[in-house]
Amino acid sequence: MNAATELPLVHARGLVKRFGDLVAVDAIDFDVHKGEAFGFLGPNGAGKSSTMRMIGCVSPPSGGTLRVLGLDPDKNGADIRAQLGVVPQEDSLDLELSVRENMLIYGRYFGLARKLVQERAARLLEFVQLEERIDSKVEPLSGGMKRRLTIARSLINEPDILLLDEPTTGLDPQARHVVWDRLHELKHRGATLLLTTHYMDEAEQLCDRLVVMDKAKIVAEGSPQELIRRYSTREVVELRFASERPPDDIAGRIDGLARRIETLSGRLLLYTDDGDRTADRVHELGVQAQSTLVRRSTLEDVFLHLTGRSLVDE
Amino acid sequence: MSYALRSYEFWLTFYRRTWRGTVATSIVNPVFYLGAIGVGLGTLVNKSGTTPGGVNYLSFVAPGVLAATAMQIAGTEASWPVLGSIRWTRVYYAMLATPLRIRDIVFGHQAWMSTRVVSSCAVYLAVIAAFGGVHSPLAILAVPACFLIGLAFTAPLAAYAATCEDDGAFVVVNRFAIVPMFLFSGTFFPVSQLPKALEWVAYATPLWHGVDLCRSLTLGTAEWGLSILHVVYLAAWGAAGLTFALHTYRQRLLK
Repeated sequence: MNAATELPLVHARGLVKRFGDLVAVDAIDFDVHKGEAFGFLGPNGAGKSSTMRMIGCVSPPSGGTLRVLGLDPDKNGADIRAQLGVVPQEDSLDLELSVRENMLIYGRYFGLARKLVQERAARLLEFVQLEERIDSKVEPLSGGMKRRLTIARSLINEPDILLLDEPTTGLDPQARHVVWDRLHELKHRGATLLLTTHYMDEAEQLCDRLVVMDKAKIVAEGSPQELIRRYSTREVVELRFASERPPDDIAGRIDGLARRIETLSGRLLLYTDDGDRTADRVHELGVQAQSTLVRRSTLEDVFLHLTGRSLVDE
Repeated sequence: MSYALRSYEFWLTFYRRTWRGTVATSIVNPVFYLGAIGVGLGTLVNKSGTTPGGVNYLSFVAPGVLAATAMQIAGTEASWPVLGSIRWTRVYYAMLATPLRIRDIVFGHQAWMSTRVVSSCAVYLAVIAAFGGVHSPLAILAVPACFLIGLAFTAPLAAYAATCEDDGAFVVVNRFAIVPMFLFSGTFFPVSQLPKALEWVAYATPLWHGVDLCRSLTLGTAEWGLSILHVVYLAAWGAAGLTFALHTYRQRLLK
């Protein structure tokens, strides 16, 4: 057994980031291993992007230990970055240059020979389905195309780790699916992905393992299935009501029908292992909901359980 | 240094979009200035026969405007493009996601600004020669002198631009620093014409040192002592500016 292969690509212990009095990342621990798709899930302001920027060696940690590819970002930032691919939250493409020029310039930052960059650019643009736009300016491209170009650009140095900060935020559903599809393909090829997201479906789709972050801390860790198993039930019955607050007496009447009940704005969530059966019993009790939905548990439910707040409603 | 060259290469690629406009400007501007002020206004000045050193007014004013041009190009190149690279195009952040370091970003961009200053000033000097304003082979040294003048402005101004949230401050810098220097640092008339207190203020400006250096080179009156003082003074502004820029860029980009 080779010990070197077991070293995590990213290793954090007690990692802290402070901005003045604000603690953005509060002593978090995690490891990311080769070939994993690892996610940071949490609402805005949870500390995901700050963590990502520390891993990307563009934000010096305020405390704790951080090793990326076995190196210290404080001392070997440039060496580490040479092996990373970064897809930032805000695009940093040059809008007035062509798709090809954007790829070429970026490859040159890594000191790659022009010819090599040209070859890789052609291949990568094909991979993100932009080969027909190679000579077009970036400006008129759609949001989804720009994001795909940013992904292609981030792969120009054949990185050991790909960092994606909210890769599909701001994209329409169709464009998101194209991006997911490409990231899936990268995963199948054995790439190591690190991503932040505040979309549960994105985390469920892409992540082998994830940490849930809330208020600068990690509140849970595991695979999406593990987290759902541990912090939620198999199924959920959603009772929706026309008014913002469900009628007061209902909670008392359905108490005991589910393992746990959450009250949200305009709906009640009943956590149960058999959704259909619970829904039937609710109806037998004569509870008048505007609509009843039986669904599988998601990471949203995990987040709700862990923090008492909804992830998307903010 | 090779890392800084990679960021320099970006600016070169970027410039390919706009070079036509700037080439035209860098030829048309000196022709207009030398025509209007050197020849037009110069005719009046020459009649009164009061130019220092007895040269015609065009030969007096041309090296002054040359030095001031180095300053003005430096002022433009070190303000909007720097802020834009942080706020609008975010190209500095793109560079920072690669092996490039803060110093590569600073030096690469500064080298590019110097390229713009030096190439424009070389064209300017050629136009001056065509107008008959060059009186010594030493004039060729005005090109490296313009490099130093440029650096004395690009380095501190870029350092300052990296701290700005919007471009409002650039208007202030232009109005209260660049334009007064342009008018009162010996460009159009000797600073000895100024009231005594202001004369000393003029001596403290980097532009006056640049103007005096360029003028002594094109007229062939340069002396070692004063020339070295000018060079050292301009280089000191450049060096201090670079140190300051490394600091402000780091503060701004590595949060």
